[in-house]
Parts: sequence; structure tokens; C-alpha cells
Amino acid sequence: MLIIILKILIPFLIIFNMIPFLIWLERKGSAYIQDRHGPNRAAFFGIRLGGMLHSLADVLKLITKEDIIPLHVHKPFYLLAPFLALTVACVTYAVVPFAHPIEINGEPFTFQAADLNVGILYILAMASLGVYGVMLAGWSSNNKYSLLGGVRSSAQMLSYEIAMGLSLISVLMVGGSLELNNLVISQGATPWSWNFLTQPVAFFLFTTAAFAETNRNPFDLPEGESELVAGYHTEYSSMKFAMFFMAEYAHVIMASALIALLFFGGWQVPLMSTDFLREQAGLGLYILLLAHGILFMVAGIFLLTWFKKGKYGDLRDYEVLVWGIPLVLAGLGLSLYTLLHGSFDLTPLGSQIFAAVVQFMTFMAKILFFCWFFIWIRWTLPRFRYDQLMGLGWKVMLPLGLMNLAVTGIILLMR
Amino acid sequence: MIITLKKKKLTFLQKIYIFEVVRGLMITMGHLIRNLTHPSRMMTVNFPEETKPIPKTHRSEHRLMLRPDGSIRCTACMLCQTVCPAYCIHIEAAEGAIPEKEKYPKAFTIDLLRCVYCGYCVEACPCDAIRMDTGKLVDACYKREDFIKDIDYLKANHPKGLNPISEAIY
Ligand code: SF4
Ligand code: SF4
Repeated sequence: MLIIILKILIPFLIIFNMIPFLIWLERKGSAYIQDRHGPNRAAFFGIRLGGMLHSLADVLKLITKEDIIPLHVHKPFYLLAPFLALTVACVTYAVVPFAHPIEINGEPFTFQAADLNVGILYILAMASLGVYGVMLAGWSSNNKYSLLGGVRSSAQMLSYEIAMGLSLISVLMVGGSLELNNLVISQGATPWSWNFLTQPVAFFLFTTAAFAETNRNPFDLPEGESELVAGYHTEYSSMKFAMFFMAEYAHVIMASALIALLFFGGWQVPLMSTDFLREQAGLGLYILLLAHGILFMVAGIFLLTWFKKGKYGDLRDYEVLVWGIPLVLAGLGLSLYTLLHGSFDLTPLGSQIFAAVVQFMTFMAKILFFCWFFIWIRWTLPRFRYDQLMGLGWKVMLPLGLMNLAVTGIILLMR
Repeated sequence: MIITLKKKKLTFLQKIYIFEVVRGLMITMGHLIRNLTHPSRMMTVNFPEETKPIPKTHRSEHRLMLRPDGSIRCTACMLCQTVCPAYCIHIEAAEGAIPEKEKYPKAFTIDLLRCVYCGYCVEACPCDAIRMDTGKLVDACYKREDFIKDIDYLKANHPKGLNPISEAIY
């Protein structure tokens, strides 16, 4: 029982804690892309963490803000919509496998909350429920901008779900299973056997459709602030608005996880299969610790290069030292300890856990990369016009998906 | 007249969009890396801590100039009050004690919330009694009344390094 609760709670907490980090990444990343400094004012005893405290300040602000419910809204649906949006975005992670299943005392132990054998269908079903949150919000607000946002969102999701499903079918044909773990295992540990190379068209279709499903730029027409004020969440304030905001990021994390799982080998460590990791666990731990030591040192030294006395003329000058010096010292200590200790001896269970941890870290790195990719795209591409959006969905992606399906089928038959 | 805009013909590579997207991504990534490695080269100025030099011809908060003997230069001729397009100068004249300067302002108030910083008052003044070169551009107060500057404030509003005394003829 406890294990099940932990299995549910831990990924949930990881994803929820990634949201403020992603918001920070989005703000800082967009700032640097546009030659700005980005957030750097919120301070806690003079420590600013490079703007990361702004996420914390945002949370405090949004929680304590007055919750305004306009008189003209349809109240039950208006209240339901943000909860629906967030819940739907958060339940999808339940079937995501975070590492290769291990065996404890002869019993299999999976690193996912629910080991459904139709995992991918569950994710698709839940993700498409997300449109209800947006549509209800737009409808119940009794406001033409919100309504337009909601209508756009439903049309967009319907159109792109088809392309998404078609691209998925070809992946499933190659993988031969609906279970996410099997899909990952079937991709193997070598990067050139991952699906983004064997199914490039499906990869592009799926990624594009994922952008549309998460309502992110270049497909963020449901919000379209230049035309629709703020689209479907125009009438929402305080925590209800924050829930839509969080739902968007939860969707981004989920979409990144899906792209990583389906096309980039999920938790597979490049070039290192699970068996290999388990055999070489002792040496692996040694290398891992050493690599972390070196990484800490490099990061610390990079921070120290930013130090310039009298740059701002206040405590902020020394902030890079506060973070840089401990990082360098920790890195140095870790590397020295590892070098002196030499190779580690691990029990069979220990080596299994070590393999799982490495795989988990690899998977998180892949998720983070794709989250960054979402942000990167958002600050690079302009928004589509509505007819272009529909044209792309129906006239380009749908035929491409069908064609890809046919070609995949033929090749699989010939083999 | 009808002007037909010619659309630029896209090549096939541009039409399939993916390569152009990658090109755009590389541009933004280039900016990101440059700003990350050389944060000091960013164009944005961290305003309150860093300031850019203000050009010499700028117009900022007003100050009232003094004569060499320390008395106020203004003769309460009302020219600035008349020319002010925002009607934000209020002057009350009083009779002076010295014969060569028979009028002086008893009250001289400028409502900085109404002022549009046009500088007409400086242009209008015949005796160089008012100047707008204090370099004070951002004023923050807690109450509206605090923006209404009276004669005592304006008379003493001389920033460091600027001579409060004007040697004009009148
Ligand atoms: S700067 Fe212009 S608006 Fe301001 S007080 Fe002088 S004349 Fe009036
Ligand atoms: S400041 Fe100059 S223009 Fe205005 S009343 Fe005084 S002398 Fe006349």
C-alpha cells in the first residue's frame, strides 16, 4: 500500500516541482533569446537565485490574491473548468515508466504508478479530455473572447488529434505493443534504433501535433492575446488562472515525456543496455560520481567567471560566489573521494537500483531537453493564422500521416 | 491606384518549413549562448543601478536660480505661467524691498503631475530664473500632494556640481 502511494506521489511531486522551474526557464530563456536580462528583482535577504525567486513570489501572489468571480458567468461550469484542466493534465503521468522494471526477492517491481497494458491509449484519452477544461472555461465565461478561444481550442484539438493518432499508429506497428514499457524496450539501447530515426515522419507529425495539443506557440490560438485578450481564461483570476497556467506546463511536461518515450528511447541510456548497466554497476557508480564532481566544478567555475566586483554595487555581486565556490568545493571533494575510494562493490539488488537510478536520470534529462525545446520553439516561431493552422492540420499532416502509415505497413510486410 | 504586392516565391526547401524552423532555432540559440557567455554585452541596462549618461540638452525637474547675493532671480513677471501649456505653474507676486527689483514671487508652485516637461517656461523666462537641468527624471512619492513642488523646494533644487547662481544681466 505504502509503495503504491509512494509510486503515485513521487512522480507527481517531481512533475509539480518542475512547473516553477519551467516557468523560470521560460522567462530566463526567453529573455536571453531576446537579448534581455529577464527577471532578477525578487530577492530574499539579497539572494536572487538568478530570478528563480520570482516563481515563488508568483505563487504567493496568486494564492493570496482576491478571487473574482464575474456576475455574468455560468457558475458551476466556471468553477469546474480549471479543476478539470489541471486534474486531467496531472493524471496522465500515471502510466509513464521511469526506469526498467527490477526484481526484488523474485517479485517484479515497476517504476510506474499503474502498469496498464494499454498505457498509450490511456494517455491519449486523458490528454484529449483536456479540451473540456478549455471549452468549459470559454463557454461558461459568457464572454465572446473566451467563447472564441474555447471554440478555437476544440477545433484545433480535434484536427490535430487525428494526425497525432495516425503518427502514433505507425509507431505502435513498429513497436508491436500498447504498453509504454514494452515500447521503450523494443527501441533498444542504441540511439540509431530509436524511433525518431526509424519513423522520422511520425516523429515530426507527433511533435507538431503535441505542440497543438498543449496549446503552445506556434499553435496558441486559444489564448491568442493579440486577438482574444487572453482567450479562454480571460475571466479567470488568482488561483484559478494559476491552475490553467499550471495545467499548460503539466501538459508540456507530459508531451515531452511522451516524445521521449515514443521516439527517443524513454529511459534507455544511450549505448548502455540494462544488462550492461547492471553488470558494470560498481564501475558505473565510480564514473557517475566522478562525472558529477567534474560537472559541479565546471558549473561552479562558469559561475565564477560571471563575478565582477562592483558590477551592481550591492549584495548581488557576491551571489555568484555564494553559489560558485561551494559548487567547486563540492565537485572537488566528490571527485577526490571517488578517486581515492576506487571502484565500488554492489550487491545484485544494489546494482539493479543503480541501473534504475541512471535510467531515471537519463529519462529526466530527456524530458527536460524537450521541455526546453517547447520553450525554445515558442520564442522562435510566430503564431499561425487560423486558416493556416487548419490548412496544415487537414491538408498536410493528415495525408502525410496516412502515407506514413501505408509505407510503414508495406515495409513491415516485406520484412 | 491599385498596387499589387508580389509575393516572394518560396523554394521547395522553404516550403516544407522544417529546415527554416531549424534555421530560426539556430538563430535564437546563437543569441542565447552569446548572452549566457557574455552577459555584460547585453544591450539592456540594469536601470536603477546602472544609468546611461543623459544628453546635455535634456529637460528634467525644474530649479529656480539665484542672484550672486543669494536672492531669487525670478521677478514674478508671469511669462512662464502664461506660456505653460499645462497650466501647472502658480505664481503669487509680492512687492520687493530693493528698488531695482520691485517684484518677487511669494509663492511659486509647479504641479509636476500636470507638467509635460515641454521646457516652454525656460524659453519664456527673460531673466534665466528657471532652468530644467537638474537631471532628476524619476520622481516617486507616496501622495499626490508631494508632487506639487513649492518655492522652497525649487529654490534649493540644485544638484551637486551645478552652480545655483546665474550671472545674467537682469
Ligand atoms: S515644462 Fe512646460 S508644462 Fe512644465 S512647467 Fe514648464 S511650461 Fe509648464
Ligand atoms: S520664472 Fe522667469 S518667466 Fe517665470 S515669473 Fe519668474 S522671471 Fe518670469
